[in-house]
Amino acid sequence: MITLNINKKNYNVDVDPETPLLWVLRDTINLVGTKYGCGIAQCGACVVHLNGEAVRSCVTKVSRAVGQKVVTIEGLSEKNDHPLQKAWIELDVPQCGYCQAGQIMSAAVLLRENKNPTEKDIDSAMAGNLCRCGTYLRIRKAIQLAAEIQRKGK
Amino acid sequence: MKQHTERYLLPVKTISVLAVIISMIVFMSFGFKNEPAISNTKNEIINKDSVESVKAFMDVYKVLMSPRCMNCHPSGDVPLQGDDSHLHNMFPQRGKDGKGIYAMKCSNCHQPTNLEGLNKPPGNPNWHLPPANMKMVFEGKTPGQLAKQLINPKTNGNKTLQQLIEHADDGLVKAGWDMGEGRTVPPLSHEEFKKAWITWIKSGAYAPKQ
Repeated sequence: MITLNINKKNYNVDVDPETPLLWVLRDTINLVGTKYGCGIAQCGACVVHLNGEAVRSCVTKVSRAVGQKVVTIEGLSEKNDHPLQKAWIELDVPQCGYCQAGQIMSAAVLLRENKNPTEKDIDSAMAGNLCRCGTYLRIRKAIQLAAEIQRKGK
Repeated sequence: MKQHTERYLLPVKTISVLAVIISMIVFMSFGFKNEPAISNTKNEIINKDSVESVKAFMDVYKVLMSPRCMNCHPSGDVPLQGDDSHLHNMFPQRGKDGKGIYAMKCSNCHQPTNLEGLNKPPGNPNWHLPPANMKMVFEGKTPGQLAKQLINPKTNGNKTLQQLIEHADDGLVKAGWDMGEGRTVPPLSHEEFKKAWITWIKSGAYAPKQ
């Protein structure tokens, strides 16, 4: 039995420690906001926070999460009011929506570490998150808006 | 009085000029010698042999310039990837400490161990590039340039001679021979590489001329 701390709540799960964290989140704990895109850490759809860092849950074994703090898209904020979530809604960013959880989780690390990201910073931070619908322009604008929201403490 | 003073000054002048000439000769003689990249200190070098040293280094060079080593010693700030050493997919960047930045820190994708299956990120608990203030670039270096860089503490990660010798057994170095499916191993075995590395250092760490 493995105990995981996810979104500030403890879960006891009976899974093989080698299981990718993604499947434990989706299939065992039923937190389905995190998506499977490629299974080889190439697309970013599966990004969650492990002790605040944006790990790719499709290749991260659940054993690595034991005793650590995991945050998924569901737990990014208590009332879905993280600056990124506000910006995403305001600018109507998603098309199909499949990649967006991963996009937001990656962007959250950027905005935590850089309160005033430049275009180049956004390129550097987000290049690992793919969007087949091509919402990149809106993602970029939303990150800039979220940074502004964050700076103004809205 | 004047005569006495002049007679006294003459030997002083002569001695001064001779001292300068002798100093120049000694100084110039250093320039003509084929010095090793490091000087012989205590018992660390057993047997200076420039021919054996350079020959050993050419084996070292073959390994260090192979993708498994060179890919993490790029000339730019993006690591290289694959047997063809293309720029790493999605362009993660070195960052200040060599561990990546933002949502693409190395350990975000590179797990503590290798993963089963092709095209998955290889693993090591200490995955990183050299830091920004000491990039330890291999890519594009000639044998001579690389040898001098490796032996100089100002460019080799502040390593002493003994630490350099021990570095052949560093965890991340050895990981180059075990990087998961679909990745060609270096051209020599780790044992052969280690032997060449130690031979190069202990026979004087000579840098090839080119």
